[in-house]
Amino acid sequence: MMILSGDPPRSRILTLVLVVIILALAATPFLFPGAKALNVAAKICVFAALVASYDLLLGYTGSVSFAHTMFYGIGSYAIAIALYGMGPNWAAVATGIVVGLPLAALLALAIGLFSLRVAAIFFAMITLAVASAFQVLASQLSWLTGGEDGRSFQLPELLRPGTVLISKNLFGFEINGRILTFYLVFSISALMILALLRVVNSPFGRVLQAIRENRFRAEALGFRTVFHLTYANCLAALVAASAGILNALWLRYAGPDTSLSFSIMLDILLMVVIGGMGTIYGAIIGATIFILAQNYLQSLMGVASKAASEAGLPLLPGLLHPDRWLLWLGLLFIASVYFFPTGVVGRLRNPAGKSAGSPH
Amino acid sequence: MTDLAATDPLPKPKRDLAPILLPVALALVMIPLIGSTSSWLTLTAASLAMGMMIFIMASGLTLVFGLMDVLNFGHGAFIAVGAYVATLVLAPFAASIQADSLWMNLAVLAPAALLSMAVSGALGLVVERVLILPVYGQHLKQILMTTGGLIVAEQTLYALWGPQIIPMPLPASLRGSFILGDVAIAKYRVLAMLIGLAVFIAIQLVLNRTKLGLLIRAGVENREMVEALGYRIRRLFLGVFMTGSALAGLGGVMWALYREQVHASMSDDLTVLIFIVVIIGGLGSIGGCFIGAILVAMIANYGGFLVPKLALVSNILLMVAILMWRPRGLYAVTSR
Repeated sequence: MMILSGDPPRSRILTLVLVVIILALAATPFLFPGAKALNVAAKICVFAALVASYDLLLGYTGSVSFAHTMFYGIGSYAIAIALYGMGPNWAAVATGIVVGLPLAALLALAIGLFSLRVAAIFFAMITLAVASAFQVLASQLSWLTGGEDGRSFQLPELLRPGTVLISKNLFGFEINGRILTFYLVFSISALMILALLRVVNSPFGRVLQAIRENRFRAEALGFRTVFHLTYANCLAALVAASAGILNALWLRYAGPDTSLSFSIMLDILLMVVIGGMGTIYGAIIGATIFILAQNYLQSLMGVASKAASEAGLPLLPGLLHPDRWLLWLGLLFIASVYFFPTGVVGRLRNPAGKSAGSPH
Repeated sequence: MTDLAATDPLPKPKRDLAPILLPVALALVMIPLIGSTSSWLTLTAASLAMGMMIFIMASGLTLVFGLMDVLNFGHGAFIAVGAYVATLVLAPFAASIQADSLWMNLAVLAPAALLSMAVSGALGLVVERVLILPVYGQHLKQILMTTGGLIVAEQTLYALWGPQIIPMPLPASLRGSFILGDVAIAKYRVLAMLIGLAVFIAIQLVLNRTKLGLLIRAGVENREMVEALGYRIRRLFLGVFMTGSALAGLGGVMWALYREQVHASMSDDLTVLIFIVVIIGGLGSIGGCFIGAILVAMIANYGGFLVPKLALVSNILLMVAILMWRPRGLYAVTSR
C-alpha cells in the first residue's frame, strides 16, 4: 500500500486490467516473440511514463501545456547527441543524462516563471509558441541535431542485440542485450510512474488539486500557487525528458518525427483524455489502448481503404487511407472529451456515471 | 464629497500611448541600422502589409476571446479552409486572373474572397454549435475540443484536396510594384494594407459607435442583465463567432495570394504566429492585436534583412521582451 501511496485503483475491474497490462508487458519477450511486439511493448512503457508526467500538469493542475514534447525531445536529443559524438560508451550515456535533465528542468522553470504568474490561458499559448520555436531550432541546427534526418547512434556494448547474456539452450529463451534494454525501459518507466503516484498523493499533490479547483482560494489559504505550479512543471519536464532518454535508447535514434513533432503532443493529449485526467493509472491504460490501436488499426484502415476504392465508392478511400489516421483520432478526441470527460479510469471508478471525480 | 457638478462631462479614461509609439520608434531606430532609405521604405511597406494580413487573421481570435471568453485553438483551420475555398473560384477563372485588367481581376478575386468568408463563417457556425456550445466557461475543455477540431479540419482538407501544395498565382494587374523615386512598393501589398486598415476601422466603429457594439459590450459585462432587457445575447455571440471565422477566411485568402500557394499545414505555422500576436497585444484587445501584428511583421522583415539567422526565433524573443515589460500584453483587457 505504501508503494501505491494510499491511492489504490479502487475498482476491481481496474485492478484486474492494470495487473493484466503490467504482467503482459513484463512477459512480452517470452509471451510474444518477434520484434514488433517488443517494440510496441517498449513504446507503451515509455509513453505510460510520459503521459503520467503530462497528467501531473493537465489532470492535477489543470494547465494545458503544448511544450511537453519539447522536454521529451530534449531528453532524446541529449542522449543521441552524446552517444553520437562521444561514441558508444557509458560515459556518453551519463553525459547525456547529466546535460539533458537539468536543461529540461531549467527551461521548464523559465517557461513556468514567465507564463504561470499570468493567466492559465496564457500558459497554453506560450508553451505552443515556445515549442514551435524549439522545433524550428532543432531542424535548423543540423550540425548539432542532424536536421530533419535526426541522429542515429550505437548503444554501449552491453545493450546491443548481438550481446548474448544467457544462451538459448539454457532456458529455451535467449536473453540478449535487446531484452536487457527492454527491461531497463520497463523498470525505469515503472519507477517513474510510482514516483508520480507518490507525488500526486503527497500534500504537494493536494495543493495542486486545490489550485486546479480554485486558484484564488488556494492563494487565499496561503499557498504560493506560482511556486507550486512551477515546481509541478519542472517535475513533469524531468520525467518527460527521462522518458525521452528511454525512447532514444530503445530506438537508437532521435529525430523530429519520433520525439518532437506536434502529432506526438496530440497523441499524449489523447492518451491522457482516454485514460482519465487526474488519475495516474489512466496514463497506463490510455497509453496501452492508444498504442495498440495505432499499431494494429492502421493496417486495418489500409485494408478498408483498398476495399472501398475497389468498390468504387467516392471519398471513402481518401478518408480511410492509413495516412488519415489522425482524422479519426481527432474525432475520437472530441468524442472522448465530450462523452467521457473522466476517461476509462473515471468510468470504472464511478460506473453509475456520477462525475464526482471529474476535473472542472 | 467630490466637487463634480452634474453638468460636468464624464472623466475620460486616459489614453495609453506607449504601445502606439512602439512600432513608430522601432521603425525610426531601424533607419540608421539598415543604411539605405529606399530599402528601409520598402521593408517598412512590406512590414505594414504583412502586419495587416496577420491582423485580419488574428482579429477574429482576439475578438472571440475578448467578447465571449472562448479560446479557439482551431482558429487556424478557418484560415486554411478560406484559402482552399478560394481556389475553387480562382482555378476555373484562371483566364480572367491572367488578363491584364484590374477590373477583370477584381471581378474574380472579390467573389472568391466572399465565398471564402461565407464558407469559413458557416464553418464557424457549425463549430460554435457542435464544439463550443457544450463547453462555455470551461477553458480546459475549450482548448481540448478546439484542438480536436483543428486536427479534423486539417485532415479533411488533406483527404479532399490531397497532400500536394496548390499554386495560387497573383492576378496579373497586382503583380509588380509601383516605383516612387527609387522606392519599389509591391502593388499587392498596397491592396493588403488598404483591406487591413478597412477591417480595423470597421471593427472599431461597429464596437464603439453602433447599438450592436453597445449590446455586445454590455453582454460581455453582464449577460443576464442584457438578456433580461429582452435581447438574445446567444445569437449575438454566435454572430460574433461567425464574423471572427469569416475574417480568418479572408485573411487565409490574402495570405495564400501573398505566398502564392495553398497547403493544409499552412494553418500550423500561422496558428503559432497569430497566438504570438494576440498574446503581445493583450488577449481580447483589438487595438493591441493591431499593434502586435505590425510589430511581429516588422521584426520579421527588418530581422530577416539584418540578421537572417535570428529571424527564426525573433517572434519568441519579441514576445518575451513585451511580456517582461507588460506581463498581460500591450493593452490588458481588465475584465478578464
